[in-house]
Amino acid sequence: MNATHSSSSSGGSGIGSGPLSHGNSPTCYFVMIGTKDNPIYEAELVSVNTARSSSGGATISEAKKEEFRHLNQFIAHSALDMVEDLQWSSNQMYLKVIDKFNERFISAYLTAGNIKLLLLHDAKSEDAIRNFFNDCYELYIKTLLNPFYEPNSIISSAAFDAKVRLSAKRYL
Amino acid sequence: MSSSASATSRLSVMSMAASLPSVGGYSSAPSSIYAKRNTTNILERHLNKTRGAEVSVNAFAFLFSEMLQYTQKRVNGIQDLERKLNELGYRVGIRALDLLVWREKNSKRETRVLGMLYFIHTTVWKAMFGKQADSLEKSTENEDEYMISDNDPMVSKFISIPKDVSQLNCGAFMAGIVEAIMDGCQFPSRVTAHTVPIDGFPLRTTILIKLDREVLEREEQLK
Repeated sequence: MNATHSSSSSGGSGIGSGPLSHGNSPTCYFVMIGTKDNPIYEAELVSVNTARSSSGGATISEAKKEEFRHLNQFIAHSALDMVEDLQWSSNQMYLKVIDKFNERFISAYLTAGNIKLLLLHDAKSEDAIRNFFNDCYELYIKTLLNPFYEPNSIISSAAFDAKVRLSAKRYL
Repeated sequence: MSSSASATSRLSVMSMAASLPSVGGYSSAPSSIYAKRNTTNILERHLNKTRGAEVSVNAFAFLFSEMLQYTQKRVNGIQDLERKLNELGYRVGIRALDLLVWREKNSKRETRVLGMLYFIHTTVWKAMFGKQADSLEKSTENEDEYMISDNDPMVSKFISIPKDVSQLNCGAFMAGIVEAIMDGCQFPSRVTAHTVPIDGFPLRTTILIKLDREVLEREEQLK
């Protein structure tokens, strides 16, 4: 894990040096992680309202973005440690930004049943992310109430996916 | 198999009223030959819709007796039967935890044992049985044991236990619910139900919660 981070940070600093640094990935990566550290839902969400506009850096940023997409899972996984550290010191559900990787922030939300909702994003307002997390928590509870849904198993419902993306479009 | 039994049990304990299709759909199009089906996606129903809904105790008692008969055919022994009831209660408890915490707007996660037990004693019992549990006690002999008592548990009210299985306690279902809630909040524990009759309440059941050692260690660190 450390080796991966060092190699990507050298690549990441290449992106971060220019004025197009911020426009490289307007996508957010959202993942829900169950109690056994197993991902039960992942989604790459294209956000419309990024903090700064991505002008002129489109071609370079697309290529770089493809290269680093697979890192999302590693980044999220390593952020789990931070979540567990903070879990017992606060009784809030929304844990705000818990980690930072290159230019991206990781926000976390911990549900009552110990499901972790993680979002990798660029700079965004806390309120927007809190609303998005609340929406996703509601959707998760509704899925959980289904007696045919085995807790901690993968959520493969297309309706759930559509609702998450709709919520992301509204808040992010 | 057992999942379908617990599927219906979950529906009835949480709210049977919500599972019936809305009557409004039938009368909205009087000219159509076919009655309009209620096809609302579960993801679109509001979670607070059935918040105060109640299920009649007759319906629940009937369902519970069927659950008992169903499991009786598939087990051999009282321990096994209590374990199966515990599992059925577990499935209810997982869902109850998230739903009840969400319904209490501005609710926080519980990080301390006492807060968690108080939540079970008041909120969970009130949502399930319409009243708070009757007492919450800490055992004086062991550091890791707590007891929640119910003087008149609804699950055992209409179950008559024959002499040869007199050790059976149907409170194992409630114990399963409590165990699921404790597990979900990361307080793993062993939960069992015992009958301790006192004057005036022959059916009084005590749920004994024995916390795992790691929970105690964590409590120590948090103090």
